[in-house]
Amino acid sequence: MDDAQITHSVSSELKPLIARHKMFDAWFAVLGLLAMLVALITLTALIVDLAVQGAPRLSWDFFTSFPSRFPDKAGILSAWVGTTVVMLVTAASAVPLGVAAGIYLEEYATKNWITGIIEINITNLAGVPSIVYGLMALGLFVYQFNLGQSVLSAGLTLGLLILPMVIIATREAIRAIPSLIREAAYALGATKWQTVQHHILPYSTGGILTGVIIAMSRAIGESAPVITIGALTFIAFLPTSPIQPEPPYLSFQWLFDPYTVMPIQMFNWTSRPQAAFHLNAAAAGLVLMAMTLLMNGLAIYIRYRFRKRIKW
Amino acid sequence: MIAKNNSLAFNASRHVRERAIEFVLFLAALSSVAVTLGIVGVLFYESLGLFKHVSLWDFLTDTQWTPLFDDAHYGILPLLAGTLVTTLVAVVVAIPLGTVIAIYLSEYAPHRLREVVKPILELLSAVPTVVYGYFALLFVTPLLQQLFPGLPGFNMLSAGLVIGVMIIPYVSSLSEDAIQAVPMQLREGSYAMGATRLRTALSVIFPAAFSGIASAYVLAMSRAIGETMVVAIAAGMQPNLTWNPLEPAATITAYIVQVSLGDLPHGSLGYQTIFAAGLTLMLITLVFNIAGYWLRRRFREVY
Repeated sequence: MDDAQITHSVSSELKPLIARHKMFDAWFAVLGLLAMLVALITLTALIVDLAVQGAPRLSWDFFTSFPSRFPDKAGILSAWVGTTVVMLVTAASAVPLGVAAGIYLEEYATKNWITGIIEINITNLAGVPSIVYGLMALGLFVYQFNLGQSVLSAGLTLGLLILPMVIIATREAIRAIPSLIREAAYALGATKWQTVQHHILPYSTGGILTGVIIAMSRAIGESAPVITIGALTFIAFLPTSPIQPEPPYLSFQWLFDPYTVMPIQMFNWTSRPQAAFHLNAAAAGLVLMAMTLLMNGLAIYIRYRFRKRIKW
Repeated sequence: MIAKNNSLAFNASRHVRERAIEFVLFLAALSSVAVTLGIVGVLFYESLGLFKHVSLWDFLTDTQWTPLFDDAHYGILPLLAGTLVTTLVAVVVAIPLGTVIAIYLSEYAPHRLREVVKPILELLSAVPTVVYGYFALLFVTPLLQQLFPGLPGFNMLSAGLVIGVMIIPYVSSLSEDAIQAVPMQLREGSYAMGATRLRTALSVIFPAAFSGIASAYVLAMSRAIGETMVVAIAAGMQPNLTWNPLEPAATITAYIVQVSLGDLPHGSLGYQTIFAAGLTLMLITLVFNIAGYWLRRRFREVY
């Protein structure tokens, strides 16, 4: 056989093999698109289903009525007010604590065993199921500290739940700041705290804010821990107003009032047998989804704005 | 002289202030450890009350879980079976889909498509779980009932499927990050040998990124195990020792929800069972976390 013949026979053996592998390759591209479509179609089906079922129930009355035994009169007033006040407590507890912890771990901590334990611990906490936080809060906040089934205990529980997320977001935002900035501040005689206060914190605000908003959007949709600490499902009144007509004008009684939140209200309506309540559940779900999407959108926007403004 | 004294005093006060701030920040960092201690402490303390009445052996081997009945049995197995079946269904959905999506997005898809699809996929994990529960019970189950006539209204299949879709982003995003981290030279070497993109992905990139991909799987699984609202709404709340996903069964988390919805007196045996259930849940996820850590170590490739 001469060379030409060898080339010929090899290529006649190889050609089908190559063709087959190219076909597999093309098939995988189709498979990938299909897998993505499954995920996207499910998301679309979910949103469309909620919208079709729930949109007709959305009206001014739905937002300004208390829950009721009559499905067409029931509304989400106590639920959205409850969500708002609980989120206030959550933010007030998780943000200062989480940002401070993040600053410590990035700017102050030296490498030793305590830092090691704290870091492993935060990673592990982020993987603890949310209902376990609820059990902890039930034993500790509700019964040990006697906070009862109040706005305060719910807010603190969700605050602890999102604490690891806030810490991780803070650390990532701080880590993105080049060390040049710190060195320049130190060279001018700034102390550590002055550097943090005037440089590190302002430059990382965008990243921290993004993380906090995403964490808060998780907390808003979280129902399991709130059920565990005993959120009531039927609340036909609002928490005490923080502003009172007579002295001392300010009241913190709302912290200790019973409450319900949006996901609990939706859960309650979903688990009823009457189909009319399911429509209410869909409407509540639609509001909840809108809140979540809005917060996620806001987070993306903030990240984009700050990324554009700061160039190292 | 006076000026010098003043600046010394200034320095000293500045030093004290700095140390005080550092200490406060340190306490904040330590608070996360306090949370863990709180969780472990409460779970152990309250479960201990139960284990004074129920032996650990009964807890682990009894095949009935009826703590609220007159004829009380405290076997965790039915709840464990429910948890495992729903998790298995979810994993069977999420791991193949998530892995294929990750490979597709990083090796096949044009850059523009990836930038658009990734955030949308991540929305899947941002949807409140109670909304997924609604979706599983009132949309997926009726759909499945046309496929499987006689499927009960509460079943583990629909809950598992929905959880599976919910955790796809955990698999796909983290796997994709791991795949992106594989150095370009490996790909180019493989292409230079005449391998197709699929061959390269399966034989070169997947093994090289396996440590990251495996920890994505583990994270997704531990999310599925701890998932509460979907199963509580769509899989029913009756403990049922079965491996058949077409049947209704309570999971560990669903049981905790069921008890919390009623009002059991603080300190009663029934009240303590939810902490024992929570402790079991916590230990399972801990095992998963440790396995994930081990996998990351074992299969880490350093370039």
